[in-house]
Amino acid sequence: MTRARRGYEDVVAAVPVTVPYVRFSIRGAHWFIGRALAGLLRDSGLRKEAIDGLCVASFTLAPDTAIGVAQHLGLAPRWLDFVPMGGAAAVIALRRAARAVESGDAEVVACVAGDTNSVDTFRQGTAGFSQFARDAVYPYGSGGPNASFALLTAHYMRAFGARREDFGRLCVAQRANALANPHALFKQPLTLEQYLSARPVAEPLHLFDCVMPCAGAEAFLVMRRSRAEAQGLRCARLLAAIERHNAFAADPIQFRGGWALDRDELYAQAGTAPADMDLVELYDDYPVIVLMQLEDLGFCAKGEAPAFVRSNTFTVDGSLPLNTSGGQLSTGQAGTAGGFLGMVEAIRQLTDQPLGAPVPGAKLGLVSGFGMVTYDRGLSSGAAILARAEAGG
Amino acid sequence: MTAPLERPRRKNPVLRTRLPTTPPAARSRVALGLTAAAALGRFELQVCRDCGAVQYPPREACHACLSERLDWRAQDGAGELLAETVLHHGLELYYRERVPWRIGTVRLDCGPAVVAHLHGDCPAPPARVRVRACLDRAGQAALFAIPEKDTPSMADDRQLREMTCDPQHRKILVTDGKTALGQALVRAFVAAGAELVWVGHAEPWKRAPGLDALAALPQSTLVPLDLTDARSVENLAAAIGGKVDILVNNAEHHRTFGIEARRGIDAARAEMDVNYFGLLRLAQAFAPALRARGADGAASAAAWVNVLSIFALANFPPHGTYSASKAAAHSAAQCLRAEMRGSGVRVVNVFPGPIDDEWNQLLLPPKLAPGGLANAIVAALRSGVEDVYPGDVAQDWLARWRDNPKALEREVAG
Ligand SMILES: [Zn+2]
Repeated sequence: MTRARRGYEDVVAAVPVTVPYVRFSIRGAHWFIGRALAGLLRDSGLRKEAIDGLCVASFTLAPDTAIGVAQHLGLAPRWLDFVPMGGAAAVIALRRAARAVESGDAEVVACVAGDTNSVDTFRQGTAGFSQFARDAVYPYGSGGPNASFALLTAHYMRAFGARREDFGRLCVAQRANALANPHALFKQPLTLEQYLSARPVAEPLHLFDCVMPCAGAEAFLVMRRSRAEAQGLRCARLLAAIERHNAFAADPIQFRGGWALDRDELYAQAGTAPADMDLVELYDDYPVIVLMQLEDLGFCAKGEAPAFVRSNTFTVDGSLPLNTSGGQLSTGQAGTAGGFLGMVEAIRQLTDQPLGAPVPGAKLGLVSGFGMVTYDRGLSSGAAILARAEAGG
Repeated sequence: MTAPLERPRRKNPVLRTRLPTTPPAARSRVALGLTAAAALGRFELQVCRDCGAVQYPPREACHACLSERLDWRAQDGAGELLAETVLHHGLELYYRERVPWRIGTVRLDCGPAVVAHLHGDCPAPPARVRVRACLDRAGQAALFAIPEKDTPSMADDRQLREMTCDPQHRKILVTDGKTALGQALVRAFVAAGAELVWVGHAEPWKRAPGLDALAALPQSTLVPLDLTDARSVENLAAAIGGKVDILVNNAEHHRTFGIEARRGIDAARAEMDVNYFGLLRLAQAFAPALRARGADGAASAAAWVNVLSIFALANFPPHGTYSASKAAAHSAAQCLRAEMRGSGVRVVNVFPGPIDDEWNQLLLPPKLAPGGLANAIVAALRSGVEDVYPGDVAQDWLARWRDNPKALEREVAG
């Protein structure tokens, strides 16, 4: 039996920053990361020298990594990390930054995800995403993530009786949440009829099941609570976090992710249960992954997410507020920043500074990440539970 | 069920011929092991010598026990189709031009799950299927799932046809109709449903036996072609070069003996003039038009076949100068293959053992019957392989050569 992960004592996330998304950009990833860092300084009132830890997530920085960013932006951090981990990047960044802060290796860590998107960026990034994808997936139709998730979705529908309407309910609710978010790229309401009659992309996926690649950045700061309060920053406490890679490798096709291995420890660490969550931010590159997370994070049993979706509502005023800023399906997927979207939104909601509609009285939020389809499935999963920092609490 | 392929309509000559595009060609070096087997029509995966685990995608170390001892081993490809999708969108031009495109996830009985192209006759999942390794239009291995049992007209599946060079409905040039092999090839192509077979013959004033019978076939047309004469080659290319879909270069000059038994180099020069320089003349005249028509509809330009010799791999001293000319031709064929790569036109190299003809009189059997060799070439085009070693002698030499080329050199030196 491995020893349980040590809990988090006194770590907070603060200063949620979003660099507005654009469909295409002629700027480099460094520009988006630079704007995000400037936003962190502007909103925190910190001087650049106070940022002594830097964690960068990006897919479009090549040939640079985090160290190139440090020089580009004139930072001299004593703790540096690079986590190009797509949809799992925010949870991973937060976990590592939290340990750096707890150990004293850094005092204030800037976690930044930023990517650019020019007209051919997505094709190039997909073609060379990983060795296995280049050898064994991309030559088969060059459908990219749409093709991989179409296969997982088709299998999930057959195995568990999910219907397109179930995915549609999520997409329609997320669009309703997005309409209040000025940064969302999709600004029109979506009806279930529109969802169902959209053109096929990779059956059973249709247009509104797929995210739109775009450019943008998301960022937040990690520090001790006392440091945040000394700076006068509103912050959310980190209660628990898990991370897992390449779980269930023997499953011939993915129908579950690593959360199923680690969720008990997650809730135990936080002293909470799924039913306690006031909001959940689940990774939504495709709706089937949201259903998978609802199951593997314990909101319902395996195979019961379709019924769960039918019996719940997911708008900010719903029975389970989910992807409260609209999720990637409605805001766009700004590369690795898409993996930060839910984290930044949860920090906003728990510190009363949402971009769109607030979840009234939200005290506890769950953020989940998922990503890295290097062959036929998403390899990386992670989740974190954040809590409102009550005065004196 | 697959609808039988109809004879393609005559093309409107005013319309632009669409330029060829190819599927993604980049592979890691270790993944090229799959291509090496597929080039021979085999489906092989790496199997761990220490723990037996089957690997896919190809790896540098065993995913189970980390052993580096991974051997490529033949697989039967049986498996279960778990999921399918029909793509209506592709990031690469090749697929953009060919959607809708069907792919699926197959769990192989031997262990791993693979993403594969999916034949139109495969039932909806869950279903038993067979996975084959084909070569795609980029010349790289592509796994293709076909139904568990053969279906009528299955070779006519639109996606499968992208992997093969089926002679059906295609126009073929056989460069030498005078030989027994040439005549067998013409008959085999006619039997395989070729639209038209041009039959080259040098020295048209000398009527070789059998040519009149070929000329009587409604699908075949005799054309003058002398590979030693650049003008002859260019003239024929000017007349029919833009229409040839499959070119089979079977013309050869073959004399016995090695170096010591002859005085002078006239025989060797004559062999080189046909077997090597003839190939170059032919390629310079015909290859550009084939390249340009690599995606020209259902009966696009598809293949260039070189009839080489197993003696191209290692010199056979009793036929020493002939072996050298075939080795030169093999080397040129590799160059041609590289130059054809972006067009989707496959260069097929055939390495037969000795054919049962007068120049191999003194060689012991087994010798290849011309009809059998012709059928092997048609079968290679239908299955889409790239390297063909027909007959027992060729297989024996190939096995020895792959095992230890130096040992083979000593063995054939006597
Ligand atoms: Zn092993």
